[in-house]
Amino acid sequence: MRRVVITGLGMVSPLANGVKPTWEKLLNAESGINAIESFDVSDIPAKIAGQVPLGEGAGLFNFDDYVTPKERRRMDDFIVYGLAAAIEAVEDAGVQSDDEETLCRTGVMIGSGIGGLPEISKGAVTVETNSVRRLSPFFIPASLINLVSGHVSIKYGFKGPNHAVVTACATGAHAIGDAARIIALDDADVMVAGGAEAACCRLGMAGFAQAKALSTSYNDDPTAGSRPWDEGRDGFVMGEGAGVVVLEEYERAKARGAKIYGEVIGYGMSGDAYHITAPASDGNGGFRAMQASIKRAGINPEDIDYINAHGTSTPLGDEIEHGAVKRMLGAHYKNPTMSSTKSAIGHLLGAAGAVEAIFSLLSIRDNVVPPTLNLNNPSEGCDMDLAPLQAKERKVNIALSNSFGFGGTNASLVFKSVD
Amino acid sequence: MSDVAERVKKIVVEHLGVEEAKVTENASFIDDLGADSLDTVELVMAFEEEFGCEIPDDAAEKILTVKDAIDFIEANG
Repeated sequence: MRRVVITGLGMVSPLANGVKPTWEKLLNAESGINAIESFDVSDIPAKIAGQVPLGEGAGLFNFDDYVTPKERRRMDDFIVYGLAAAIEAVEDAGVQSDDEETLCRTGVMIGSGIGGLPEISKGAVTVETNSVRRLSPFFIPASLINLVSGHVSIKYGFKGPNHAVVTACATGAHAIGDAARIIALDDADVMVAGGAEAACCRLGMAGFAQAKALSTSYNDDPTAGSRPWDEGRDGFVMGEGAGVVVLEEYERAKARGAKIYGEVIGYGMSGDAYHITAPASDGNGGFRAMQASIKRAGINPEDIDYINAHGTSTPLGDEIEHGAVKRMLGAHYKNPTMSSTKSAIGHLLGAAGAVEAIFSLLSIRDNVVPPTLNLNNPSEGCDMDLAPLQAKERKVNIALSNSFGFGGTNASLVFKSVD
Repeated sequence: MSDVAERVKKIVVEHLGVEEAKVTENASFIDDLGADSLDTVELVMAFEEEFGCEIPDDAAEKILTVKDAIDFIEANG
C-alpha cells in the first residue's frame, strides 16, 4: 500500500477562525465556550456552547469572506464552515491545479454528524405553519451532508472520489482514515477530508438535552462546563465548526517539496454492538479500535507519545475511555500524555475527529501537548498523565486520536512525524 | 418605467446578485443573468411575496425574462 501524509490543515473552531489562532489560544489554555446568546435557550436546561466567534478581523469568522449572499442561501452554516476550512487546507497544501488529470486524481471527503439542522428545523416550520409553496428550493441542497464535499469539488474542480462520512461524533476521524485508504489503494493521489458541524440551534440543543447528554450545571460559569475526567463533569458542551486536512501520497508530496505535518500510519475501526447512545461499560469498542490502529501502524503501545482522547466530559464516557486506553497501553500507561481538547472548544460532533486530528498533528510539529482544562480533581482511577490545566512540552513522535460516536461507532487514527 | 417593473428588477438584482444595468427587460434569467433552475423557483417565490399574488407552476414555467415577469404581474397582480 502507498504511504499517505498530511500536507494541509484548515479549521474553523469556537476559539478562532483558522488553524494558527486556534492553536495559539488552545496552548494558552483559553476556552471558546460561552453562554448562548444567538437564540433562545430559556426553556432548554443547557445554556452554554462553543460557538464560532463571528465578526470582522483576525481570528473572527465572517460569512461574507467566503460566500456571496446568493450562495449563502444555498448553504446552511455547516457547509460554509466546511468550505472555509477546506479553503484554508487546500491553500496551505498548495494542491490547486489546472491540470485535468491531476484534478481527476484529487477527491473530497468531508462529512458531518448531523448536517443542516437549523435549515431543517426552519423548513419544517415553513411547511407546517405556512405553506409548501414558501419552502425555499434550496432547502434540500442547503441541508444535505455531502454538499460540503460537493461545494469544495465545484470550487476547485476536484473530480476524484467525492464522498461524505456520517458516523455521528466519529465522522471526522472516519473521513480522514477512509480518505487515507483511498490514496493508499491508488484510487486518488490527493484527498481533502474532514468534518463540519453547525447543529448549535434550538432543535439541536433541545435534542441533546433531552438525551441527557449535555452539561447543565455550569450555565453561570460557561468556561468551566467542559471538564473531562474531572469529578465535577456532568455532560458534554455543544460545539460547532469544521476541520479539514489535505492528504497526499507520500512520494508525490516529497517530489513537489510539500510541507509535511505527519504520516497517517494507523487507522482502526470497530462497533460496540451495545447501545444507541451509551458506550459499553468495559470500553471494548474503543479498545478494539485502538488495537486495530496500532496493528495497522506496526507500532507497540509504548511508542505512543500523545493521545488526543475522545474525552467528551460525560460522566460515563470519560472513565470508560480512560480504562480502555490503560488496557491498550498495559504496563506503559504512564508513558504517553493524554488530553481532551474538548475541554476548550466543546464537542464539535462530526467535526470533532478532524479538528482533533489537526491538534494531534500540531503536537507532533511543535512537540507540545494541549491541556485538559478544568481538570482540577480527576475521578478515581483516572491516573494517567492527563495534561491538566496547562499545555505540556514533550517530544511527540507518534500521536493517536480517538473518536467515538452514537450508535457505538469507534475510530482511532495514528499519526507519525516524517523526517 | 412602471412601479411593477422597478420592483421586479430590484428583486432580480437582490436574488441573483447581478448588476442593475444587466437587468434589462429582455434579459433572460438563465441565459443572461446566470440563474439556474433553483434560482428561478426562488425568484417566482419572491415575486409572489412582493406582489401578494399566486403564480401557478404552469405560468411560472413561461416566465423566462424580466419582461415576462412584469407582464404576468401587471396582468394578474
